[in-house]
Amino acid sequence: MKITVSSTGLSALDRPRMPMIALVVFALALAVFFVFPDRLSLAAYIGIFALFALSLDLALGMAGIVTLGHAAFFGVGAYTAGWLALAGWQEPITGVVISGLCAAALAGALGPFILRLTGLPLVMVTLAVGVFLFEAANKLTWLTGGDDGLYGMTFSPVLGIFEWSIYGTTDYLYVLAWLALAFYGCHRLTTSNFGLALRGVRENRLRMSLLGSSVLAQLTLAYALSAFIAGVAGALLAQTSEFVGLEVLSVEKSIDVLVILVLGGVGHLYGALLGAPVYLLIKDMSKEWNPHAWMIIIGFMLVFVMLVARGGIHGVLHKVIERSRGKLPNGEPR
Amino acid sequence: MTDNLLEAIGLQKSFGALKVAQDVTLRLRPGERHALIGPNGAGKSTLLNCLVGKLIPDTGSVMFDGQSVLGRKPYEINQMGISRVFQTPEIFGDLSVQENMMIPCFAKRDGAFQMNALTAMSSQRDVIEKAEEMLVEMKLADKRHMHAASMSRGDKRRLEIAMCLSQDPRLLLLDEPTAGMARADTNNTIDLLKQIKDERDITIAIIEHDMHVVFSLAERITVLAQGTPLVEDTPDNIKGHPKVREAYLGESQDAA
Repeated sequence: MKITVSSTGLSALDRPRMPMIALVVFALALAVFFVFPDRLSLAAYIGIFALFALSLDLALGMAGIVTLGHAAFFGVGAYTAGWLALAGWQEPITGVVISGLCAAALAGALGPFILRLTGLPLVMVTLAVGVFLFEAANKLTWLTGGDDGLYGMTFSPVLGIFEWSIYGTTDYLYVLAWLALAFYGCHRLTTSNFGLALRGVRENRLRMSLLGSSVLAQLTLAYALSAFIAGVAGALLAQTSEFVGLEVLSVEKSIDVLVILVLGGVGHLYGALLGAPVYLLIKDMSKEWNPHAWMIIIGFMLVFVMLVARGGIHGVLHKVIERSRGKLPNGEPR
Repeated sequence: MTDNLLEAIGLQKSFGALKVAQDVTLRLRPGERHALIGPNGAGKSTLLNCLVGKLIPDTGSVMFDGQSVLGRKPYEINQMGISRVFQTPEIFGDLSVQENMMIPCFAKRDGAFQMNALTAMSSQRDVIEKAEEMLVEMKLADKRHMHAASMSRGDKRRLEIAMCLSQDPRLLLLDEPTAGMARADTNNTIDLLKQIKDERDITIAIIEHDMHVVFSLAERITVLAQGTPLVEDTPDNIKGHPKVREAYLGESQDAA
């Protein structure tokens, strides 16, 4: 199974500074804070999933690791943050970092074994790891709370100043700050030679290794970095909701995040930022419309993206912008 | 002879009951252009795969410049100075031609491709210039922003050769570089390979079915049939060799 990722708009020679489009997206996200003060909890939730999708884009879009088990790292991050708080470590920022490191350690340990695989075997093994962790968490009730989840945790104010509020004001800005930081990090990575190496690995592992490059080491590192970000997203969910439910490890979460990324556009980082709000808002609205049949809407949306807008939302936007600048799709001036 | 650049001796490789290489021996002298010919299934590609670490032979030894190649990973073998061009060009389809060219330049400069995630590529002029130099030399410069996958087969082949050459290999292995090419492209490739040999200190081993290519390029030829080497000699001696005729025509005849 070869995933086709289009690199439109990505060039090895891009400057490492934040591009305009990212600044616009984050400005809009900041505007949400003032325009929808009563929907900030949902907005924080969307931000967390954008971060989760960003982590998947690093693995799938950059390095070509097709996975159906990314919720494993999201879940490990969430549980770690929960355990830390319950054990008395209530400082949120270090909690997030530790959670991310735990998820990265898991990926670093799994990577050398599973990343030798490609295509369908890789998908099935990542799925199996995800299911295994879910079932383990389900059985180990003394550790995870099982079906009831972890609850009763509290966190100290962010930086010791910003109290958590039920309106989600702190939550949202806190999540947005992490998202911006992670996005900047990922952007730096894609414009570095490691980013180019990862795209090389994605396109042709054989050629990469015959050019003197240790493919497995690069894949493992990318996987661990991706897991770190997924773990951060999981920890943020635990901290903003003060609860860790079993579903953080579910296969459904892995699928959700994949859908978000495909919808937004794989392989450019922006896909995660664009896909999360669109997917989760449509999901929210269609659930209100019909709590039983909402999946139909999502299904139609995916079919539409696959048929007419392969590059997802990012792909469509990119084409529109290029057309308006009078450029042909392959980047040559007209 | 100890002054051979590459010595593969007594290689055997079986896939289950199928013996694809039996006691294959290949010696490459420094700086020569050596052709490997033989009918389909003679074990030519298997031999190349053993040389670059893609396959591990069951028995035998492969020495490159006095060091054993066996047991090393493909990327380590590349770092020793062996580069390989494939029958179907193995390039990075979705990347631009320029990016394709930059990857081997980075890999060469940074060994196993230093995983520096913070230094921007755009600031590393030496690699960009090296890549540009190769593109100009291989007449690919005007295609630098093209999607590599959308190039013609001849251009893809040139790009792959350029990628291998940018790493200054000591041994370049080519697997049917002109397969499926039009005559004009084939002649261009021949000229290119001759030029490479003239301008650089590179040993070339080439698998080829097209005798036109073989006889215009090779200085020595090894003929393989059914997994064993038949003869190794100069092109003139190979042309009339009875064993070679037998291998290709399938019957023993008196060569008149």
